[in-house]
Amino acid sequence: MADASYPTDLLYHPEHDWARIDGDHATLGITWFAQDALGEVVFFDPPEVGATTAAGESYAEVESVKAVSDVIAPLSGEIVEVNAELSDSPEAINEDPYGAGWLVRIRLSDVSETASLLDAASYESSL
Amino acid sequence: MLAAIGVSSVEELFAAIPDGVRLRRDLDLPPGMPEQDVYEHLLSLARRNTCAEDEVTFLGAGMYDHYVPAVIDMLLGRSEFLTPYTPYQPEISQGGLQVMFEYQTAISELTALPVSNASVYEGPSAVGAAGYLAKLANGRRRFVVSRGLHPHSRETLRTLSHGYGTEVVEVPLRDGVTDQEAWAAAIDDETAAVFLQQPNFLGAVEDAHALAQAAKASGAVVVGSYDPIPLAILAPPGDCGVDVAVGEGQSLGNRLDFGGPSFGFFAATEAYLRRMPGRIAGETHDVDGRRGFVLTLQTREQHIRREKATSNICTAQALNALAGVVYLSWLGREGIVELAELLLQRTAYAREALCAVEGVAALHEQPVVREFAVQLDVGGLEGVRRVIDRCQDAGVNPGYALGRDLDEHPTGLLVAITEQRTREQIDRLAGMLGAAIAAERAGEREEVRA
Repeated sequence: MADASYPTDLLYHPEHDWARIDGDHATLGITWFAQDALGEVVFFDPPEVGATTAAGESYAEVESVKAVSDVIAPLSGEIVEVNAELSDSPEAINEDPYGAGWLVRIRLSDVSETASLLDAASYESSL
Repeated sequence: MLAAIGVSSVEELFAAIPDGVRLRRDLDLPPGMPEQDVYEHLLSLARRNTCAEDEVTFLGAGMYDHYVPAVIDMLLGRSEFLTPYTPYQPEISQGGLQVMFEYQTAISELTALPVSNASVYEGPSAVGAAGYLAKLANGRRRFVVSRGLHPHSRETLRTLSHGYGTEVVEVPLRDGVTDQEAWAAAIDDETAAVFLQQPNFLGAVEDAHALAQAAKASGAVVVGSYDPIPLAILAPPGDCGVDVAVGEGQSLGNRLDFGGPSFGFFAATEAYLRRMPGRIAGETHDVDGRRGFVLTLQTREQHIRREKATSNICTAQALNALAGVVYLSWLGREGIVELAELLLQRTAYAREALCAVEGVAALHEQPVVREFAVQLDVGGLEGVRRVIDRCQDAGVNPGYALGRDLDEHPTGLLVAITEQRTREQIDRLAGMLGAAIAAERAGEREEVRA
């Protein structure tokens, strides 16, 4: 993705992860900044459906040609869906980090955690 | 040189080292010796060894006295291969990287498995690394290991798995091969990996396919430790359901060299590519579209992944693996089959000849390729050692005393055959063993009488 972007309808975690909230569910991924720092993503090994995420802790790894990075969960919950397309097209994480490059979908265990996440403006100014 | 860098003394170069840690005395080493005295000293040390060229040796047990053709020394001596470090800069390392790629291809073809790394240190640590791969892959807590694995491999696996908390369960042999009932009974859904050796430590050909199939339902990783030359005539691991094939590469173009250095090979199914340890050379294209080679998938390795790496190894035994791929090229596809068939025939002859000797009996009757086990009618391991000594005094090393590692075979002897062992030498061994055993038994009777 050519230019930096931080959609305003998302919430952000300082470790460069985003969350799209939809009731008591959320879709998670990594931000434009993260994919840009990693470089060309070559592999994403998804966690199992049914596994849990804990806010602030790693739930998966993203591998690029030069580095391996932990993916930090912005929110706690149970994984209900993983993006299976990424095993064939990991580059979607670079090309469309907020759309086709989504990583997992969770059922939130504590909706109040969203209050401690950053909005797009705060996240962008922290970079 | 000091003047060139603008420093007035060597002492100045160490100015940054704090006083408190300085040694302030000479190192506790003996004074230097003239070159000729050093040479004499090393020569006297070397003379304390008996090497394979000093005696007719039937000693095997993991490393074998094969002929190393002169072309290997010639190529390994080239400074382009002998002197460089790890090829992190592909632009100046194309020759070395291409050799690694060809080596990997040869191992893939030999094992019928699609991916191979550029080599690891040796056989036993490759077995240990395969265990770690399984643990990373499925997170389970137990290894099921055939007692047919080389004692060094079993010991290495135990040592490493102690570190990351995996239990090792051993399955005994029955009639010289892995007890298939006990093997199946030991495997459950807590089994991270199963380990078999082909041929096993007693030289017997295992039913690798059956052993692998028994593990399939549980989802355990099937690891096979293979002797590379017999692979020319045995069903390859990739065709038997083995997921990870490892082994000792010494018999491919490397001398015995007092146990090393040598190399270990490591091949696997595509599913385990990202969990493999070691260097991997990859084929690619440069900016002008020309074919080239690079180190690839480095994100598995510890200089990038640190404590989450697939292994602590970040090197290859490149020079020894070079000897391996040169040796395989020298033999060729037909040559390696001819060699293995020759070993098969000569080993069968040797087993027959030795078992016809008074005091020698087969330890098992399983098919063998290049090594077999017999029992000597003498008193325990000590008796076997004295028989070995008597033979060595007469210039022949009859083999390995199995009682050193296997309590259940105190009078066992493991006899290895290579293409260098002629029929005459085998006949001589038979005669010598008979005489040595008779003398030992006479000596035993003497002791009892006294």
